[in-house]
Amino acid sequence: MDRKIRVLVAKPGLDGHDRGAKVVARAMRDAGMEVIYTGLRQTPEQIVQAAVQEDVDVLAMSILSGAHNHLFPRVMELLADKGASDVLVVGGGVIPEDDIPFLESKGIAAVFGPGTPTSATIEFIKANVKRR
Amino acid sequence: MPAKALPSALEAAASILRGDERALARLITGLEDGDPAAAGTLRALRGGSAAVGQLTAQVVGVTGPPGSGKSTLVDKLISAYRAKGLRVGVLAVDPSSPFSGGAILGDRIRMQRAEAGPGGGLDPGVFIRSLASRGRLGGLSRATAQSARALEAAGYGVVIVETVGIGQSEIDIARLADTVVLVSMPGSGDDIQVIKAGVMEIGDVFVVNKADREGSDRVVREIRAMLETGATLRQDLALRQGGAAELQPVLKTVAETGEGLPELVLALDARWAKLNASGELASRRARGAAAEARSLLAERALAELALLEPGLEEGLAMEIVRGEREVAEAAEILFSAIRK
Repeated sequence: MDRKIRVLVAKPGLDGHDRGAKVVARAMRDAGMEVIYTGLRQTPEQIVQAAVQEDVDVLAMSILSGAHNHLFPRVMELLADKGASDVLVVGGGVIPEDDIPFLESKGIAAVFGPGTPTSATIEFIKANVKRR
Repeated sequence: MPAKALPSALEAAASILRGDERALARLITGLEDGDPAAAGTLRALRGGSAAVGQLTAQVVGVTGPPGSGKSTLVDKLISAYRAKGLRVGVLAVDPSSPFSGGAILGDRIRMQRAEAGPGGGLDPGVFIRSLASRGRLGGLSRATAQSARALEAAGYGVVIVETVGIGQSEIDIARLADTVVLVSMPGSGDDIQVIKAGVMEIGDVFVVNKADREGSDRVVREIRAMLETGATLRQDLALRQGGAAELQPVLKTVAETGEGLPELVLALDARWAKLNASGELASRRARGAAAEARSLLAERALAELALLEPGLEEGLAMEIVRGEREVAEAAEILFSAIRK
């Protein structure tokens, strides 16, 4: 069987650009992953619906606006409602160090800040994706 | 005799029929991965739906060159069918990298207007799934056809299949879809010339999108001229059978604004009614199913090759290079080997 890692790269909230998310998406593609990209300004509801319908192994969210402490936990709640808590969720963008323990307590597996080499994110996903 | 369904297959099928999107999404993943359990679930699901006469989705294929506006058109079609009260399933195929095997699946970006239901919430009557072509060259993925059958059995009244952006010869959609919408656009005259030979033969409804651009009337005229020539060549036969040859519709749309969409939906409805009334639907689907089975057979045979004694293929290849054997002989030897 040909099992590919499927990733949803999502931009919750009101960010004005998605350069970083696109670079990460491209790096994941080059690492052999199937990346579903849905563009800017997604609501948590849209993100979770896409994650379920696309049956992704990984949800990678990028946020620059500072609303992560609200939006990330909301996504985790909705995933749990849909019985999709086995999806590996990672975050990126501009997220202060001090907020990371809180996000991790909500189930975000890792947060990758600015300057993280894309290879580090990819290695983390490959090592932690939950095989079904 | 069909194989007896496993309890797990029946359970998964029942979840899907109850509207469990995650179970349906899992089934599609399994079909794409070639998981034998998924084949069992699909059988159970279709068996259950066929028993209550539910296998009646209209499968609409949307194909055309990259950038012609297929995804935006699909977005508008979703809204149109939702307005008629039909649940809509969408399969959107994008290419996999031949180098890394990875893919960027971006069709969903342009399908989000339709995803939002009335009142700002999400519309539960729309299921969109992005698929990577994974090395398949016909414009679809390995299990797009099986996934479409899954959506049909799950109760989606319309299944829209968007192919990868195509060139000349990606015509797998013709054996899957009941109706093929072939999208072209002005300003790419050379492309139109190029696709005339292969892909232009599979359109059941022709759409010239981005029709607000200069040159759209010319593209419409060219397509009509091509269709008329074909009809003229068939005319004698059609007259003998007591009817005049009917031309496929050629419509202008501006998917971005929705212009021309009502006419497109009318044309699709007319085609669907005609397929059902004439009985052509069943024969078309049977031809498609046979072609699909043949391609899975070919894939199965190639998989057998991997089980042969190591080095046989490579050895034959070297003999060909050294001029000791011809490629057709090598194929015969491999064929004999997998039949054992």
